[in-house]
Amino acid sequence: MSLLTVSDLSVAYARIQAVQGVSLEITPGSIVTVIGANGAGKTSLLNAIMGLLPAQGEVTFRGKSISRSPTEKRFSFGMSLVTESRDLFTTMSVRDNLILGANRCARREIDQRIGDVFGRFPRLRERRSQMAGTLSGGERQMLAMGRALMARPQLLMLDEPSLGLAPIIVREIFQIITVLRQNGVAILLVEQNARAALQVADYAYVMELGEVTMQGPASQLAGDSRVIESYLGFGGVDANQN
Amino acid sequence: MDATTLLLLGQDSLISGSIYALLAVTMVMVFSVTRVLFIPQGEFVTYGALTLAALEAGRVPGTAWLLLGVGVVAAVVALFRLRHALSLTTAIRIIITDIGLPAVMLLIVQWVAPMKLGLIPEMILTLALVVPLGPFVYRIAFQPLAESSILVLLIVAVGVHMGMTGLGLVFFGPEGYQTSAFSETVFDLGIMTVSAQSLWVVATTAALLIALYIFFERTVSGKTLRAAAISRRGARLVGISTDRTGYLAFTLTAMIGAVSGLMIGSLTTIYFDSGFIIGLKGFVAAILGGLNSYPLAAAAALLVGTVESFSSYSASAFKEVIVFTIIIPVLLWRSLFSPPAEHHE
Ligand SMILES: Nc1ncnc2c1ncn2[C@@H]1O[C@H](COP(=O)(O)OP(=O)(O)O)[C@@H](O)[C@H]1O
Ligand SMILES: [Mg+2]
Repeated sequence: MSLLTVSDLSVAYARIQAVQGVSLEITPGSIVTVIGANGAGKTSLLNAIMGLLPAQGEVTFRGKSISRSPTEKRFSFGMSLVTESRDLFTTMSVRDNLILGANRCARREIDQRIGDVFGRFPRLRERRSQMAGTLSGGERQMLAMGRALMARPQLLMLDEPSLGLAPIIVREIFQIITVLRQNGVAILLVEQNARAALQVADYAYVMELGEVTMQGPASQLAGDSRVIESYLGFGGVDANQN
Repeated sequence: MDATTLLLLGQDSLISGSIYALLAVTMVMVFSVTRVLFIPQGEFVTYGALTLAALEAGRVPGTAWLLLGVGVVAAVVALFRLRHALSLTTAIRIIITDIGLPAVMLLIVQWVAPMKLGLIPEMILTLALVVPLGPFVYRIAFQPLAESSILVLLIVAVGVHMGMTGLGLVFFGPEGYQTSAFSETVFDLGIMTVSAQSLWVVATTAALLIALYIFFERTVSGKTLRAAAISRRGARLVGISTDRTGYLAFTLTAMIGAVSGLMIGSLTTIYFDSGFIIGLKGFVAAILGGLNSYPLAAAAALLVGTVESFSSYSASAFKEVIVFTIIIPVLLWRSLFSPPAEHHE
C-alpha cells in the first residue's frame, strides 16, 4: 500500500508552468528521491504536496484525499516538510523551535521528544539556548529537520538538505536520513546532489522543466547513461566518494 | 511649577501611561501576529467601561444584545464559508457556540443585572460580555481577508472602528458615564495625596504586563503566537493554524482593552466615542516603539502619558495636538536611520 500518492499534479505561477502533470508514489518506510537541475520544479512540487502552493491534481495520504486540506491539516495527518528556505523561527531559541515542532503535545511528551532529537543531533543540544537565526548553515538544517521530527511524522519531505553545506556535514545529514528510514520514517528527498541522493534512495524520479522524464529504482537510474551524463558527471556512482 | 504640581502630574502621567502601555503592547502583538493595525482597540475600552456602568446602575447593558447580534452574524459567516463541506455536527457546534452561548449570557445578565451584585461580580460579567467580541470581530472582519495586504487590513480596521463606534452609540446612548472606583481610599503623603485607585491601576497594569510576558516566554500557546509573528509559513509547517493564532490575539486584545476600560471608567467620564482617542494614544506609542518591540512600546506609552499630562497642564487646549505631534520627529528619525523594511509575503 502506498503512503503518499500524487497524481497528475500541476503548479502554475502567473506566467510559468512550474510543475506539469507529475505523478509519484511513496510506500511506508522507503526513501524516494526527486532529482533535477535548478528550476526543474522540485521545490514547487514539494510545496504543493504540503499545501503551501495552490495546485491542480490529486494528493492522497494514507488512503485519504488531502488535496483540499490546508498545510496545518496535512501536518497533523503525519507529513512534515523541511523547506528550501528552512522557515525557522529565527529570533527564538533552538529549544523553542523544537518545542513548537510538537506544539500540540503535552509538556512531558515534548521534553521526551526533544531528548530524542538531541540524541540524533548532539550539536543542537550544545546550541539549545542560541537563537535559531545565529546558527551556521549546517546547524540550521539540523534544526529544521529536528523541528520536523518533533511531530514524529510518517513522511518527511526534505528540500535540498545538502544545499550550501560542507561535504562533511552533507555526509552527516545523509547518514541521519538512512537511520530515519531504518526507524520507519518514509522520506521524500529532493536533491541537486544526485550522487548522494541516488545512493540512499530506493526509488528515484528525474524532473526536467516541470515534468517527470525518467523514473526507476535508484540503483538502476544511477547506472543509466543519460542520468550519468546529465547529473552524475562521467564518473558514475562511486561508493567511496561523498 | 512647584514640587506638588510636579508630583501630581507625575502621578497622572503614570496612570494614563500605564493604560496606554497595555493598549500599545497588545497593538504590537495583534499587528505582528495578524498584520492588522487594530485601530478599534479603544472601542473595547469604551465597551468595558460603559458595560460596567450599566451593570452598576442595575440595567442590562447593550453589550449583551450586541454580543448576541454579533454572534448571529459570526455564525452566518462561518456557515457560509463552510457551505461546501458542512457536517451536521459542525453546524450544530457553530450554532451552539456562536448563538447559544451569547443567548445564555443575555438571559443571565437580564436575571442578575437588577440585583446589583457588587463591583467584582459586575466586572467579571463585563469581561464575559466584552471579551468574546474580540474573536467575533476577528472572524467576521479579518479572518476571511487574512492573506490580504496590510493596507487592506488597515482599511477594514478603520471600518470596524466606525462600525463599533456607531454600535456603541446605538447600544449605550450619547450620555457619558463614570463608574465607581475599586477603592475610595486616599493616602496623604504630606506633600501630595495618592488615591488607592491610582495604585490599583498601576499595579493591575504591572501584573498584566508580567502575565503577558510569562505567557509569551513560558507557555506553548504564547510561543505559537510569537512563532506566527516571526514566520507565518514556518508556523503553518508545524501545524499552527493562522486562524487560531489570530483568534487568540484578538481574544487577548479584547481582554486587555476591556480591563483598561474597567480601570479608566472611574477616573474619567466615558462616552460611546471616548475609546478612540485613548486607543489612538496606545497606537502612537506602538508606532514610536517601531511596532515590533514590546518594551519599547511600553516605554513610549509612558512617554505619551507624560507628554499628555504636562501639556494638559501648560497648554491644555493643545494637549491632543502635542501628543500626536511627537510621532513626527520619531518617524522622521526612523525613516532616516532605519534600514528599509523587509517585504515578506
Ligand atoms: N514564486 C514564484 N513566482 C514565479 N515563478 C516561480 C516562483 N517560484 C519558482 N518559480 C519558477 O518556477 C520554476 C520552478 O522553480 P522551482 O520549483 O523552485 O525549481 P527547483 O526547486 O527545481 O529549482 C522556475 O522556473 C522558477 O523560476
Ligand atoms: Mg528548489
